Amino acid sequence: MPPKQATADLRLKDRAGSIFDQLMPIFATLAALLVGAIFLVLLGANPLTAYGALLRGAFGSFNAFAETLVKAIPLLLVGLGTCIAYRGSVTNIGGEGQMIIGAILSTWFGLTFTQLPGWLAIIIAMLLGILGGMIWGGIPGVLKAYFNVNEILSTVMMNAIAVQIMNYLMRGPMIDPVQRDAASQIPQTARLIEAYRLPRLSPTRLHLGLLIAILLAVAVYFLLWRTTLGYRIRAVGQSQPASKYGGIDVKKHIVAALLLSGAFAGLAGMMVVYGVNYRMITDGSATGFTGNAGFNGIVAALFGQLHPLITIPASVLFGGLLVGANAMQRVVQVPSALITALNGLVVVFVVSSEFFRRRSQKRRLSQSTLEQQKPGDGDLRQEAGEA
Amino acid sequence: MKKVLPLVSVLLVLAMFLGACAQTPATEPPAASAEPLRIAVVSPSSINDLAFTQSISDALLVLKAEMGDGLEYAFSENMFVVDDAAAAIRDYATKGYDIVIAHGSQYGSSLQEIAPDFPETVFAWGTTVDTFGMPNVHAYEAASDQGGYVNGVMAGMLTKSKIIGVVGPIETGDAKLYVDGFVAGAKSVDPSIDVRVTYIGSFSDVALAAEAATTHIAAGADILTGSAQMVVGAIGKAEEAGLYWFGTQANQNGFAPKTVVASQVYHWEGILREIIALRAAGTLGGHTFTANLQNGGQVITMNPEVELSAEIKAKVEEVIAGINDGSIVIPKP
Amino acid sequence: MISDLFTTTVIIGIISSGIRLATPYLFASIGEMFGQRSGVLNLGVEGQMLLGAFVAFYVTLNTKNLWLGMLAAMGVGAVMGLAMAFVTVNLHATQGISGIGFYLFGMGMSNLLFQKLVGTVEGVKGFQKISIPLLGKIPVLGEIFFNQNALVYLAFLLVPVAWFVLNKTTLGLKIRAVGENPEAADSLGVSVAGIRYLTVIMGGVFSGIAGASLSIALLNVFQQNMTAGQGFIAVALVYFGSWKPFGILGGALLFSLVNALQLWIQVLGIPIPSELAVMMPYVLTILVLTLSVSKGQGPSALTKVFEREG
Repeated sequence: MPPKQATADLRLKDRAGSIFDQLMPIFATLAALLVGAIFLVLLGANPLTAYGALLRGAFGSFNAFAETLVKAIPLLLVGLGTCIAYRGSVTNIGGEGQMIIGAILSTWFGLTFTQLPGWLAIIIAMLLGILGGMIWGGIPGVLKAYFNVNEILSTVMMNAIAVQIMNYLMRGPMIDPVQRDAASQIPQTARLIEAYRLPRLSPTRLHLGLLIAILLAVAVYFLLWRTTLGYRIRAVGQSQPASKYGGIDVKKHIVAALLLSGAFAGLAGMMVVYGVNYRMITDGSATGFTGNAGFNGIVAALFGQLHPLITIPASVLFGGLLVGANAMQRVVQVPSALITALNGLVVVFVVSSEFFRRRSQKRRLSQSTLEQQKPGDGDLRQEAGEA
Repeated sequence: MKKVLPLVSVLLVLAMFLGACAQTPATEPPAASAEPLRIAVVSPSSINDLAFTQSISDALLVLKAEMGDGLEYAFSENMFVVDDAAAAIRDYATKGYDIVIAHGSQYGSSLQEIAPDFPETVFAWGTTVDTFGMPNVHAYEAASDQGGYVNGVMAGMLTKSKIIGVVGPIETGDAKLYVDGFVAGAKSVDPSIDVRVTYIGSFSDVALAAEAATTHIAAGADILTGSAQMVVGAIGKAEEAGLYWFGTQANQNGFAPKTVVASQVYHWEGILREIIALRAAGTLGGHTFTANLQNGGQVITMNPEVELSAEIKAKVEEVIAGINDGSIVIPKP
Repeated sequence: MISDLFTTTVIIGIISSGIRLATPYLFASIGEMFGQRSGVLNLGVEGQMLLGAFVAFYVTLNTKNLWLGMLAAMGVGAVMGLAMAFVTVNLHATQGISGIGFYLFGMGMSNLLFQKLVGTVEGVKGFQKISIPLLGKIPVLGEIFFNQNALVYLAFLLVPVAWFVLNKTTLGLKIRAVGENPEAADSLGVSVAGIRYLTVIMGGVFSGIAGASLSIALLNVFQQNMTAGQGFIAVALVYFGSWKPFGILGGALLFSLVNALQLWIQVLGIPIPSELAVMMPYVLTILVLTLSVSKGQGPSALTKVFEREG
């Protein structure tokens, strides 16, 4: 076979293999759903009907797709924070608390200062959401760097503390004056004024937050791959995490990682309030407000291989899964507990599938290196720097 | 592995598409009574939480038993994320359900946006009084302070130590209403009774609720009450200590037969029947319903296994009558 | 009002409650400690506890045999531990996240099984209180320490046993070696995979027991989501205790005693918002750890993937 033909074939096989690798999380999700089908059958539901409903519920109509996108927005934001943080070798499980505090700060602002032009208020609210998340992420960061308090402990505790703060404020100082006098005493704030709400793509609930999140994703991409700071962050993350770098550097990176991922989580919290409900409501738990976005956002980032741009479609797909699963529940009337269990299965399968993706990628790489006729032939991609 | 996995996945996706396309889009059923009535419920906790959500589920079971094939209903429980609940409410409306019940006070904002888009659908929002002035939204609530008051009166008469303990989840909404009524009822028997209230900060922490009960008991309480699903822990401790418990939201008598004196049970089916009747007559909304002692929406279900003196029983009748005819006004805290 | 706290009744009450509340944490946390000592972080403890709690309850309810119930909980915990071990050791999955997946799965399954198999909330006759013969009669101390549920004693006994296994046995040495320097341990002939499988399965078993301690001993009931986050606190406590059994004991007691204290504060009517009281255990745990001087470094290989070369 003439050399040029061989190289061309190789490039094709390589590219096909590479696409296969990128789609690995999807295969993993499908595998999880396959297992889920067993449960569906045991519960007396038809898996075809069920999963058909899931697909339709996620992508089957303009409105369904809009709902998927709405769900995806906090996932994308938390996911972006995870992309950065993970490179600083930190898994931030404090996202739930950071979302809450970011939401509280931005909501308080929006309700207290009502005389500003809408666009300005929204920008300030975003900044406050980011600030709230940074504070709630920064505290564990500082405690880790200067007091050696493990961030898993501190973030777990901070999540619980944030919930109590939210409950207190929602039924106390920040309660809707209408509710305070009513018998029902719903623990919610007043609604944000019309001008302060993020504009929507009527008649759906899709709001401007999507655009903002996507712009941020692009910004993060530029940060990580086109700036010196980003280069340094990636460098620390690519070589075996933390342990190789002793001393101050690691500490600062932990703090920075928690600050940044907290910032994004806080913004996600603000988006939930300004884009969806226009008020903050609590049901006493963290999940009631966040919908588990603090955790699921991390999964979405993994889905997107910790690359900010790929996290966009990953969040949409994962958001679709969550929205579709609820739609599925409505059609086949299975207990919602099954949906939670399915969510868990998907997470486990996706996380496990990384193994196959990495192994396949390694194999491709070593194969293509072996079979390259000439060095410097252009297509040798660095595993670490693959953008 | 490399070949099998994508193949299986493609097959699965194909199957899903088949399932998706096979479904015919839902059409709105005609108003003629040949078609069954379709009701959908969206609720924030579990269907068998022995509390809030179970009460609406029980009501629908009663209606189903009454109406048989004339009623078809769908239930989405554990919709504690307001977002998901909003999607559910909208989805059910889109599918042409005749009545959509949003059984959670936190769903209000969502309902406000959704209801106008579906002028043919009846929406019922509980527990609240606000219908937003919309022609297709009903509101319903429970006057839990009434049942609380009656329970409080009984507790006030039964307590020997004059100390009563309350184990609550978080300090809002329905729980607070019940507790306020309870305190008022106990104090109406004897103002010197000390009713101590603890909120444990969670709806689900059974262990903490149990310890709260234990703490009340150690501090001298000889009657306990509380609300939300975690109280099963507290009831257990009351049972262990041989003390009395007063239940709310669901019939807890069966859970601890010698311990639970009475439960204030929500019977939403009366309100639901009215909503159905109104709809048949052409009214899709605008009414506010209150489940109270008079209309059977609240029922003080006494536990037959607990012996109560004739005096207490008489007092209970008296108080209920007084609340119903308005001679007893339950003070707000 | 605050002075009301310093009476014998209150102090006895606080310590007594604290000991009971600490029990599930001790089981779950010590189990997690072994896993982490060998280098594996399991955030799915909550799911294991819930499933263990349900299975123990269900089996006991139907067989009326507490030991079968306990065994079932241990079994279910072991199976989940096995799955976690496989995913971690063989598939090198990111540990923090895989744990969350197991948590969601365990929570969903326990609720699902409860709804379908049991349906309504009901009680069960669980392990009873055991009063230790002579010691139980001592005036104040007897009531607090020697009049507790059988599983409470077990939980506290677990601490010195765990300490012994970890520090004085060959197994413990292997576990610690694998967690500190798996390459070195591997070269010395220790099966890193084997040890990690062992500790993670053990952790699952203990989480199952922790769940059972709630449903068939302390509370004698199963209610959905009844652990309410205790699994996560248990994991956090491992860090608090610097991966040492007695440190974990200290952490569990601190957290639980403050929780008991805040209940008394509310009961006695001391006027602070209920949310502030509920916050106390969490805030104090962070505070105490921040201020404490001796903090462990943690197993060097924690959460790191180990691959055998060649």
